[in-house]
Amino acid sequence: MMQEGLDDGPDFLSEEDRGPRAVNVDLQTDATLQVDISDALSERDKVKFTVHTKSTLPNFKQNEFSVVRQHEEFIWLHDSFVENEEYAGYIIPPAPPKPDFDASREKLQKLGEGEGSMTKEEFTKMKQELEAEYLAIFKKTVAMHEVFLCRVAAHPVLRKDLNFHVFLEYNQDLSVRGKNKKEKLEDFFKNVVKSADGVLVAGVKDVDDFFEHEKTFLLEYHNRVKDSSAKSDRMIRSHKNAADDINRIASTLYTLGTQDSTDLCKFFLKVSELFEKTRKIEARVAADEDLKLADLLKYYLRESQAAKDLLYRRGRALVDYENANKALDKARAKNKDVLQAETTQQVCCQKFEKISESAKQELIDFKTRRVAAFRKNLVELAELELKHAKGNLQLLQSCLGVLKGDT
Amino acid sequence: MSEERGSSAQTEEDEDLFVSAMESPEAARLSAEDLSPSSNGPRDDDPDDLFAEATEEVSLDSPERQPILSDGPSPAITPVSISPRVDVFDRSPDLDEEEEENRDTFDIQISVSDPEKVGDGMNAFMIYKVTTKTSLSIFSRDEVCVKRRFSDFLGLHSKLASKYMHMGFIVPPAPEKSIVGMTKVKVGKEDLSSVEFVEKRRSALERYLLRTVKHPALLKDPDVLQFLESSELPRAVSTQALSGAGILRMVNKAADAVNKMTIKMNESDAWFEEKQQQFENLDVQLRKLHVSVESLVCHRKELSVNTALFAKSAAMLGNSEDHTALSRALSQLAEVEEKIEQLHQEQANADFYLISELLGDYVRLITAVRGVFDQRMKAWGKWQDAQLMLQRKREAEAKLQYASKPEKLQQARDEIREWEGKVQQGERDFEQISRNIRREVGQFEKERVKDFRVVIMKYLESLVHSQQQLIKYWEAFLPEAKAIA
Repeated sequence: MMQEGLDDGPDFLSEEDRGPRAVNVDLQTDATLQVDISDALSERDKVKFTVHTKSTLPNFKQNEFSVVRQHEEFIWLHDSFVENEEYAGYIIPPAPPKPDFDASREKLQKLGEGEGSMTKEEFTKMKQELEAEYLAIFKKTVAMHEVFLCRVAAHPVLRKDLNFHVFLEYNQDLSVRGKNKKEKLEDFFKNVVKSADGVLVAGVKDVDDFFEHEKTFLLEYHNRVKDSSAKSDRMIRSHKNAADDINRIASTLYTLGTQDSTDLCKFFLKVSELFEKTRKIEARVAADEDLKLADLLKYYLRESQAAKDLLYRRGRALVDYENANKALDKARAKNKDVLQAETTQQVCCQKFEKISESAKQELIDFKTRRVAAFRKNLVELAELELKHAKGNLQLLQSCLGVLKGDT
Repeated sequence: MSEERGSSAQTEEDEDLFVSAMESPEAARLSAEDLSPSSNGPRDDDPDDLFAEATEEVSLDSPERQPILSDGPSPAITPVSISPRVDVFDRSPDLDEEEEENRDTFDIQISVSDPEKVGDGMNAFMIYKVTTKTSLSIFSRDEVCVKRRFSDFLGLHSKLASKYMHMGFIVPPAPEKSIVGMTKVKVGKEDLSSVEFVEKRRSALERYLLRTVKHPALLKDPDVLQFLESSELPRAVSTQALSGAGILRMVNKAADAVNKMTIKMNESDAWFEEKQQQFENLDVQLRKLHVSVESLVCHRKELSVNTALFAKSAAMLGNSEDHTALSRALSQLAEVEEKIEQLHQEQANADFYLISELLGDYVRLITAVRGVFDQRMKAWGKWQDAQLMLQRKREAEAKLQYASKPEKLQQARDEIREWEGKVQQGERDFEQISRNIRREVGQFEKERVKDFRVVIMKYLESLVHSQQQLIKYWEAFLPEAKAIA
């Protein structure tokens, strides 16, 4: 298949392969329901995920089973949660982003076009690079889809959802078509209304200190995570670019080494070899930063949005409740349709209180998860950075030793 | 430059130090075996033994084996502080002692410093202080300081080129003119790019002078001495139109034109053909490398900027995080990234001032080397032309034998003698330039090996320093991350 091509040190991808790949989320894996993506296949422009479930719950026909799902089916599941009024009081785990191989595919195409203009070694090298990149994106998308399922499986209420069980168990195509143009447009308008509403609702000061604090906090946090996510992406891209340059430098040094008529030939070859190795490490640094930092930030960007959505729903429920109160007062004053108004008011009250209660717990859990995820990833980031820096240092020092010794 | 020097080199007097090749043709004549490019020594050897026959390749002049330059026992890696002004030509005493070079103790240090702006607006220019410290007797003083402007350097180069290039000497090219860069400085923009530009130029001028004086014939040249010593220098006017590279191009174009017009040279000496090919290949690769390194410099600078932006963003995120320990850790992360940004900036400078500039210098130097080969072809062409002319004169004389015009016959015979002389001169010149080139190329290659080795090692040491710093920073951060509870 694709060459992992990293001779020195452990395969950097192996860190992901350890057990449940809940990269960004710290979840307790519960024996009663374990979900993971055991395999994935990339076909043209589709990715097919093999969703594997192990469960002791009575709802399922077997204890262990697998189905094949595509991205659209994940989105369907997510949307079904969002649209379910019963779940209004929960943070709906954010949907995984669509697998995007466009950039990678474009690069592979460009490589094919430029084949004539570079040496065979360069071509093979670049091809390996791009394949590795493709593989990395592939693994990322698998991880993100898996995290979504794990979050659902870990949630005390969502894990019981019928659609979720169907998703896990039904081994035929769910025939979920992607939203057509009309539906997408409806979504768009819904969002516009929501954000306009969101502003209104946000403006209303909450009596409850906890929620008031959370609102302020989440609004600011979300914006800053967005910014950090974008900036970390740019930083990592620059890092990759620099690593690519070192790659080209290594190649040219190699050519120089083979051509040079002086002592420099061996010198160039040694340095070229060194840069080949350090370049690989630099590429790994960029990849690890991507996994541990950029992906973490992206994930919490989506989760904080989901948390904001929860607050919005609660806010909406509060407004509805307050409106119902006003309507009840009016009805009592006019002594007209009082019973109906009372019922409406009670329903609104219950809805609001139900949401508030679960929302509070959800937001506390969100914080716990967030802190745990950041801790895990920042520690791992620092450890990986150290590992790579030490690797680099060792390579550089040993090469310098050899070069100096040869004088 | 005296070639055959035995171990008694040290004891010979300074005056004999720089006997130019023109004066001792025997000494300059190198045996073909020494220069045989067929010795593929290092490549055939055991691959682990990198420099097994290195000495044979390098010592083109003296029949004795010259010890390869050594820095002594491998020094402990100490952090190298990379300031933009990196002393590429730092010659430690160790090196000098072990160099049994014909130039003996190369006891001259030149520095270009203290750039100062004189005047205002578009007529402004920069003045550089040129300090020469030496114990060589050709200089009138041990230490002398003069003030020079950029066009003075160009003027010096144009004089040296016109005097020596046609003899086959490799005259180091002067730094490039830069209208854009200079305009910014003139206009008075005190921003970072102007400061960088001036520093880049100052460094380039210094390297230019050092390369020039390393050449024994050029060091003795009165124009060079005047440039380094005399307080007043006649203003070089002609350089306003021509830059150093411009002159080189002009000279090369002339050579090319000559070549294309006349007969293709019958290369009897494979060495020249091979060397020319090698330099052509080297040219291609060095240019390619230069482009990649420039790209690296650019991306590293970008990385530095983006890291700084991320650091700020992470700090803001830390501020808004309401979990205290995590908030603190994020602020620490921001600090680490800030320090790393600085590291990237320094590394970009090292990339640039060490490698990129070296490559740029060598790309221009190789152009000069190839120009010298063209000069040889030109000399050959001249010799051939003289032979043709002689042929024609002889034919004319033969015809005149049967016409009774004694005066014309005598004239014809005189002309024949004249052209016989020219043919002999042409042949001598051609052989002389060939010899010179062999010697020059040998010396050039030696210098090239040294330059690249020294610079690349310095560069690797800068990389070592960066990694050591990175380790320090992340090691400090790790406990902070673990402390998040």
